[in-house]
Amino acid sequence: MSAQEATATAAADRAAAARLTAVRTRRNLFADGALAVASGAALLIVLAVLTVILFDTIRHGTPHLSLSFLTEAPREGMTEGGIFPAIIGMVEMVILMTLAGVPIGVATAIYLHEYASPVSPLTRAIRIAVANLAGVPSIVFGLFGLGFFVQFLGAGIDKAFFHSEKVFGQPALIWAALTMAVLTLPVVIVATEEALRTVPRELREASLALGATKFQTVFNVVVPQASAGILTGTILAVSRGAGEVAPILFTGAAYFLPRLPKGLSSQFMSPSYHVYVLSTQSPDVDATKPILYATVLVLLGLTFTLNIAAVVVRARMRRRAGVAA
Amino acid sequence: MIKANTAREHTNREYEGELRRLREQLLMMGAKVEDIISCSIRSLVDRDSALADQTIAADRKINQLEIDIDEHCMQILARRQPVASDLRFLTTALKLVTDLERMGDLGVNICERVLELNGEPPLKPYVDLPNMARDVQEMLHEALDAFVAADVERGQRIITRDKNIDAYYTQIFRELLTYMMEDPRNIFRATRLQSIAKYLERIGDHVTNVGELVVFMVKGKDIRHVGKLSDG
Amino acid sequence: MTANTDSEAKRPKLTVRELTVSYSGKKAVGPVGLDIVGQHVTALIGPSGCGKSTFLRSLNRMNELIPGCTIGGTVHLDGDPIYGPGIDPVAIRRRIGMVFQRSNPFPKTIKENVAYGLRIGGMKDAREIETRVERALVQSALWDEVKDRLNDSAMGLSGGQQQRLCIARALAVEPEVLLMDEPASALDPIATAHIEELINELSAEYTVVIVTHNMQQAARVADYTAFFYLGELVEFDRTDVLFTKPSNSRTEDYITGRFG
Repeated sequence: MSAQEATATAAADRAAAARLTAVRTRRNLFADGALAVASGAALLIVLAVLTVILFDTIRHGTPHLSLSFLTEAPREGMTEGGIFPAIIGMVEMVILMTLAGVPIGVATAIYLHEYASPVSPLTRAIRIAVANLAGVPSIVFGLFGLGFFVQFLGAGIDKAFFHSEKVFGQPALIWAALTMAVLTLPVVIVATEEALRTVPRELREASLALGATKFQTVFNVVVPQASAGILTGTILAVSRGAGEVAPILFTGAAYFLPRLPKGLSSQFMSPSYHVYVLSTQSPDVDATKPILYATVLVLLGLTFTLNIAAVVVRARMRRRAGVAA
Repeated sequence: MIKANTAREHTNREYEGELRRLREQLLMMGAKVEDIISCSIRSLVDRDSALADQTIAADRKINQLEIDIDEHCMQILARRQPVASDLRFLTTALKLVTDLERMGDLGVNICERVLELNGEPPLKPYVDLPNMARDVQEMLHEALDAFVAADVERGQRIITRDKNIDAYYTQIFRELLTYMMEDPRNIFRATRLQSIAKYLERIGDHVTNVGELVVFMVKGKDIRHVGKLSDG
Repeated sequence: MTANTDSEAKRPKLTVRELTVSYSGKKAVGPVGLDIVGQHVTALIGPSGCGKSTFLRSLNRMNELIPGCTIGGTVHLDGDPIYGPGIDPVAIRRRIGMVFQRSNPFPKTIKENVAYGLRIGGMKDAREIETRVERALVQSALWDEVKDRLNDSAMGLSGGQQQRLCIARALAVEPEVLLMDEPASALDPIATAHIEELINELSAEYTVVIVTHNMQQAARVADYTAFFYLGELVEFDRTDVLFTKPSNSRTEDYITGRFG
């Protein structure tokens, strides 16, 4: 091959390689673009659905939303008035639920993560139980609450302390709260364990190496470090608890109450149940529709706020963990 | 065959190569010194002034080697931070080079005396001096072998052989004294010959140093200045 | 293998005899016999996985925290046994402190970090806590840099400062022995030099045992050096002897870089 031929061949090779690269690049760019378009479209669909729901709700609900709506009791067969008792009922129930459920959930998670041997049958049994608990349908919780709390524990308390007068042996705030606590237990346990897991082993070692006992280490170092995660779990539990209907259906929610709940044994109203009631058992559909929308709006607003709060707390926790690492 | 200090090689092959090159340089320098010794005595026996001149010029290469090897050692020390046997090898090499360079200078001194002697008829047949020179040369050869082979016994034997060299010198000096006392006209040549013997004797001392270095390098025990250290 | 101690026979602070460490029945380290000399620095060197860190952690009973770990043999601190039924590991860890490879300050203030060991030990007097905190920070050469911001978060300190903070934290409880597991390996050369200088100063008062994979560091810092390999103690001697004429050919091979 002469020098000229060699040069020509080399040039031809280079041109062919350049063309191939161009084709590959175009293909890659096309694939990149297609993926961007497809995922963008999916996002738009989700946003569209959300927007439609929100828009519809806001359009129909905002006119009726007012301070009086939030502070008045329902009147005239719930065709007028507000949802104040429902809000109060929900707040009380949620507070009780948190007081009952969060300490147990946190303690369980601490036991599972810090003290339990990972291979012991007891540990495995607890983990399986928690996982199953998370999958139980909420109506089943309602039935459980009815059967165990109301009819067994409640009746037992009545027999022991109230001469079988029906005080606790019927749907009550306390039983609804405890049922909800059981329902949200997995949420708290999982979130707490996740938070405990993010505490680096080195921090525990440092504490132990200074002569701290395991309890001191957990109490002074691990739990404070994990507190953001525990808080997230609590917020998520609250958010779930505020919105669930089925568990409180048999265990404490009331269709209508003239007065606010008096004590632990009273029934209570709840916005979520109120929505159900308004949409299925209203005497005058047209009159209650605006109230319905407004109630839904309040409920949605509450849920959104709580979830966003959880996200913010988690983000701050991650940032702090990034600094600590 | 150049043997490494231990059976295993350094993980870093560049380092291993640097040490090997250092050994080769040392051996080359040693060979050149042996040459100078043998040539200087030959130029005496054969009355070959041209050879004496050549030998003096050859010393320049030895001086250059001293500088090169010192530089090489410095680089290895700086870059490799040697420890244990490597460290002992390097510090020994630095001292070895000094001794070899001094031996080269002494060889030059011999040649300078030879040039002075070759202007006159020989005083006597040279018997002892060549024997002494041959012994010294063999000692040096043996010392360098011991160094490369890291052989302690051979190193220690050299130290004892130095006694023979000292004995040679004493004998030659006595004989030259008689010549000087016989006839003052012999003094010039006799003193030159005595200087040559002295130079050879000092070369022998340097070779003894090499033997001590070999012992230190292998065993880590410093056996220099035995009996000549201060107390406390 | 029992160690060859210095013939000048300085008082040993820690005596280790026939120590073995096993994980789930598999022996990882030992049997090891060793005398750690008091108020001197002892370095443990060896290739990765040779067991030097495991050995170090068995001196303050930190190995027990790993499930499945069993310890055999004895360790005595000034004649008192460290292992044994009824001997509280928590009390041992107050006498034998530890500094880790990656600095691990608590996400608390600088002052609370140093005071942590004192508080969990039951100290309540605020003034005494302050005094001890200051003394610890002075000893670890950090006081001048942080004395005006004791209530700032410890996470805002640089890597070298954090490590010195961890040293101060360990010193605050006034241990007798300080164990350091590769304390400078995560630091840049200048911060490392500070830590090494600090170790020099500390050795006047404390007994220091340091694990390092950097042989030059061991040569610079330690009075005595122990070479571990494959879970065994191969050689133990004064540092200047071990690095100029080691007795064991495996030691020689390792420190000159002749390992395969």
